[in-house]
Amino acid sequence: MRRIGDAPAVKRLLIGAALVLSALFLLLPLVAIFAQAFSQGVAVFWANVSNYFTLHAIGLTLGVALLTIPICLVFGVALAWLVTRFSFPGRRILQTLIDIPFAVSPVVAGLIYLLLYGRNGWIGSWLDGHDIQLMFAWPGILMVTVFVTCPFVARELIPLMQAQGSREEEAAATLGARGWTTFWRITLPNIRWALLYGVILTNARAVGEFGAVSVVSGAIRGQTNTLPLHLEQLYQDYNAVGAFACAALLALIALLTLAAKASLEWRASRREALL
Amino acid sequence: MSIRLENIAKHFGNTQALEPVNLDICEGELVGLLGPSGSGKTTLLRIIAGLESADRTSQPSRIMFGERDVTQVHVRDRRIGFVFQHYALFRHMSVYDNVAFGLTVMPKKERPSNGEIRARVFRLLEMVKLEHLAKRYPAQLSGGQQQRVSLARALAVKPDVLLLDEPFGALDAKVRQDLRRWLRRLHSELNFTSVFVTHDQEEALELSDRVVVMSNGRIEQIDAPDTLYHSPKNRFVFEFLGDVNHLEGSVNNGVLTCGDAYLHVDLSNGPEELLLRPHEVRLAEQASDTCHLPVVVTAISPVGAEVRVELEADWLAKPWLATVRHADFERLAMKRGQRLFAHPRQWHRFEEEPQNTARQTRAA
Repeated sequence: MRRIGDAPAVKRLLIGAALVLSALFLLLPLVAIFAQAFSQGVAVFWANVSNYFTLHAIGLTLGVALLTIPICLVFGVALAWLVTRFSFPGRRILQTLIDIPFAVSPVVAGLIYLLLYGRNGWIGSWLDGHDIQLMFAWPGILMVTVFVTCPFVARELIPLMQAQGSREEEAAATLGARGWTTFWRITLPNIRWALLYGVILTNARAVGEFGAVSVVSGAIRGQTNTLPLHLEQLYQDYNAVGAFACAALLALIALLTLAAKASLEWRASRREALL
Repeated sequence: MSIRLENIAKHFGNTQALEPVNLDICEGELVGLLGPSGSGKTTLLRIIAGLESADRTSQPSRIMFGERDVTQVHVRDRRIGFVFQHYALFRHMSVYDNVAFGLTVMPKKERPSNGEIRARVFRLLEMVKLEHLAKRYPAQLSGGQQQRVSLARALAVKPDVLLLDEPFGALDAKVRQDLRRWLRRLHSELNFTSVFVTHDQEEALELSDRVVVMSNGRIEQIDAPDTLYHSPKNRFVFEFLGDVNHLEGSVNNGVLTCGDAYLHVDLSNGPEELLLRPHEVRLAEQASDTCHLPVVVTAISPVGAEVRVELEADWLAKPWLATVRHADFERLAMKRGQRLFAHPRQWHRFEEEPQNTARQTRAA
């Protein structure tokens, strides 16, 4: 007897199609990146990577990601808490607003920030009078990166916190726990995996962001050039090996992120199997 | 610790969950809040706990624990123990840590030493017979075990008042029976004041010293279980406390007729509805001059001390339920499809007007 949906021919066809497509569109490009990066030997790859401008771009990219994560973390937890634990007029609208950064093209986001905070912008002109420059400097890069990545943590937390409800927090309160104690000892442990997952996604996006950053950074080599921007510049300068060396670095970060995510998922499923 | 509620009301949006309610609970009493879902019983319990706040109304509302006015006191400072409907155990903590939680979050000055906490937790786990499961996680326990952990957790902080929200609702019948008995014993041993919510009339009548029957956000009656059962104040209480058979018809010259059925009653003319408990229906092979209620047996359940028989007839909107002694069951040789006559041993009626809740019980 066969179960519903268990047709061997269909199964083989689907598996085959999936394998061919992932090889063509995922695996092959990945291999090509590394092949190109090392096409003139390790020494040339190393020379490109250890170049001052590349090192600066790596530093800037990681620095921005490092600052973005805690900001998104606090913002995401606060927002998820607000949306799932309180009811107030406009709660649904707020939940929709969270998705704006996903819906809007990053380039548009960059342009809006430029319009607001640029030297001639509404807020920018006032800031300029006080000698504060946000655009074409790292704070601007940070601002648009936060804008682009801020939904990730909240998006991960909201469904989980909605499903878990607030009963455990109420129980903690009846046992005499104060707000912070409840947060640290009850809420946080319950959401920690989703939180980590959100952070990983945030990190991946923050490192790889191109569109929004390219509008506000000005791409000044050795000053406001992030790794993706640097890569593009190298490519425009016909330095294919250099460009692919940067691409290999970015791909490596992506692979590490994926590995971290997979190990988290594996741990979570093992924990569930244990219980 | 006694509890006194004065003028407690609550609304959510446009719905009035609780009409202004007054309630006095004596020290050491075990009180059941009984009602169908949506009757406001859980809301009332959560207001006593401080998990919900009462409405501000024109008349001042007050919640007193003994001499202490706790109306404005936060739930964490009310010194209550609360047992949640689905236990709400901390899923990432072991059984031990769950029970110890209330002790470990005390302010430093009042907090017992680690050794003392350990001793106290194990004393509680012994009491609920779970000391061998101290290291387990909630997901590894059965429902009954989780319920006992949540009780131990609530009792760990030595609450003045123990509040339980549908404590046995999610458990199967056998475990429920055990836990009920166990809670009753625990209550008489430790002698705390407790209030519990249930929609199960049997549970309320068995466990409580007094039962508060609620419907539509109002308290319908507060009485000891036997008083409640034998003299319900109104029709809702009567119907909610057990199975009820309805006999609807119109009275004309002392005879209630309903289709081809009739019953002699000493009531004035007009439409009438009589109510009968299943044990108040006697079954016989013949009708009498004063009572002609032909019925057909449609289902028989011979489980327990009595046989439960379901009866149908053209003149009945809803089937009747009768309980028959095994001896009578055998004497009448009852089987499905058999035609018999029902004879009310007694019946009850309630006046329609809500302010006049006069009740009559007549032997027939």
